[in-house]
Amino acid sequence: MNLLANLIPAAAEIFLLVMVCFILIADLMLSKSGKFLTYLLVQLTLLGCSIITVGTHTNNVVYAFNGMYVDDLMSDVLKMMSYLGMSMVLVYSRQYLMLRGLFTGEFMVLALFALLGMNVMISANHFLTLYLGLELLSLSLYAMVALQRDSAIATEAAMKYFVLGALASGLLLYGMSMLYGATGSLELGAISNAIAHGVQNKSLLVFGLVFILSGLAFKLGVVPFHMWVPDVYHGAPTAMTMLIGSVPKLAAFAFTVRILVEGLQSLEHDWSGMLIILAIASMAIGNLSAIAQTNLKRMFAYSTITHMGFMLLGVISGGIEGYGASMFYTVVYMMMSLGAFGMIMLLSRAGFEADTLNDFKGLNQRSPWLAFMMMLLMLSMAGIPPTVGFYAKFSVLNSIIQTGHTWLAIVAVMFSLIGAFYYLRIIKLMYFDAPESHAPINVGSDTGLLISMNGLGVLFLGLMPGSLMSICAVSVQQSLLLH
Amino acid sequence: MSFFDVVFYLFATITVIASVGVVVARNPVHAALFLVLAFCSAAGIWMLLEAEFLAITLILVYVGAVMVLFLFVVMMLDINLVQLREGFWRWFPFGALIAGLMVFEMIWVLGSRQTADVSKAVAHAADYSNTKELGRLIYTHYVYPFEIAAVILLVAMVAAIALTMRRRKGVKSQNVADQVKVKKADRLRIVKMKSEPKGSEN
Repeated sequence: MNLLANLIPAAAEIFLLVMVCFILIADLMLSKSGKFLTYLLVQLTLLGCSIITVGTHTNNVVYAFNGMYVDDLMSDVLKMMSYLGMSMVLVYSRQYLMLRGLFTGEFMVLALFALLGMNVMISANHFLTLYLGLELLSLSLYAMVALQRDSAIATEAAMKYFVLGALASGLLLYGMSMLYGATGSLELGAISNAIAHGVQNKSLLVFGLVFILSGLAFKLGVVPFHMWVPDVYHGAPTAMTMLIGSVPKLAAFAFTVRILVEGLQSLEHDWSGMLIILAIASMAIGNLSAIAQTNLKRMFAYSTITHMGFMLLGVISGGIEGYGASMFYTVVYMMMSLGAFGMIMLLSRAGFEADTLNDFKGLNQRSPWLAFMMMLLMLSMAGIPPTVGFYAKFSVLNSIIQTGHTWLAIVAVMFSLIGAFYYLRIIKLMYFDAPESHAPINVGSDTGLLISMNGLGVLFLGLMPGSLMSICAVSVQQSLLLH
Repeated sequence: MSFFDVVFYLFATITVIASVGVVVARNPVHAALFLVLAFCSAAGIWMLLEAEFLAITLILVYVGAVMVLFLFVVMMLDINLVQLREGFWRWFPFGALIAGLMVFEMIWVLGSRQTADVSKAVAHAADYSNTKELGRLIYTHYVYPFEIAAVILLVAMVAAIALTMRRRKGVKSQNVADQVKVKKADRLRIVKMKSEPKGSEN
């Protein structure tokens, strides 16, 4: 295979890396007032990446770099979503970060590095690339959380994130080395073949699986490996929280599916049982703990745990419907969490964080439109019909009932019902309580437009979920070679 | 038992003892030195497997650079050991219970049917260079992960600089470059005014 055949599938990543290095240097030349130029350059890079990703799309599954890289429809769709998500993160957080003196070149460069790590994970076909992509992503995120040096709570959050993240990486690596010992390969396809043809040392395989799942659960932030999530979400500056809580979930989904389905499909009866425990525990503890929170960022942290548990339900049920529903759920969750954190940043101003429940009291009187958008986002998170959140939950539940786990679906619905309480509480606070402060809300034209599009998008996708759902189903079908 | 086995078990025993030493040593400096010992004996095991490049790198990078830095930090920080060990015995029964449970589970799962599989490395001719083969693989077969690893190092560098290089507020330091660049016009304002006759103020 010649060089060009390797480079073309990975053209988007290569372009991204070149641009990051260029921005890293160019940012030094631009003066302090020229941060807007850097920002523009970053947005143009994201646009360029998406054009290249679309341009190099083929209808086949293409392997490159000796089977370490895979370019398929699922990776293309997830990458497009990640560019979109990252672009939205930057638009939402620009004003917020500028007021706090954090809107620096480093922030944007690290964000792009994180994106590169996600894209490497999304198209990885080898344990080595999966792990390296994950490390690239995590390392950038650790640094971004710590970027606000004068805040003790942010530093503490970064420290916790770093230590627990390193532990999780260690577990993951340990599991991978065991699988390598059992199968003699690190490439997902080869591992799958080796297991299908029978492995001498089955217990080594299962041991490796347990370690890999523990590492995965840490990274996904599902119970009982969720301890870092609330502290990191709460401690990090809201823009970083938004970044951690939205786009990387796409990569986490790809990571989970690539390892468990592409690599370890033959061990499905082993890992599906473990995933069921993880999913139920996440939905239970996430929902029950979220009720007790008065800080919105903490509440959304517990809500992430719940949503990730829900996403795992789709992986458990398997098949085109299951994985497709799971992918759909992840994409939808990214949109909703971007909107929710974006709203917190919109209401914040210099020296003030609108991250407690009280700050949302009487929002309807202060700004009816923003209150309406927040209502749409909260309804969607709770999974109430006209919004897309309902459809996401519905498709996951549908797939799980089809595989015969009716009791699991009932448990999931019960916990969603409990979870609806704390989402609806925000709507109640916005519409039926008197505002505590009458400070004017300054919304920039770009963020105002984006939050409107975000809120209305959640509604629109809820009315017509068909196209996104079919994209997810087709891409999963093509990528995982399901029939 | 061949000579190979004797050397392997010798190194393996030293590694295990040293690793236990890292955990139980009261003095952090001793713990770091035990870690050095563990690295050295692990390098010996790698040497037995004819992975001489890895063995040398382990000694050079980990023992030579990382552990020295580690010792520096340990010696410079004033760690209060008494405070660190506070509550150790209070939590010991709980920790021991969980550790015991996990060991029991592992033994239960693995059973006694597993035996150690100490197989020798594939023997190569005397002119075979492990380093050369490794280099060739890294730049051909594994070029993609190799480049990503390089990007990770770049991120580490960017992150380290972004986190440590900053201007603390309220520090009254001189900016020499600015001082040298100063021109007369920046500091001095010449005001044109008519000369006033003497005694006009009266």
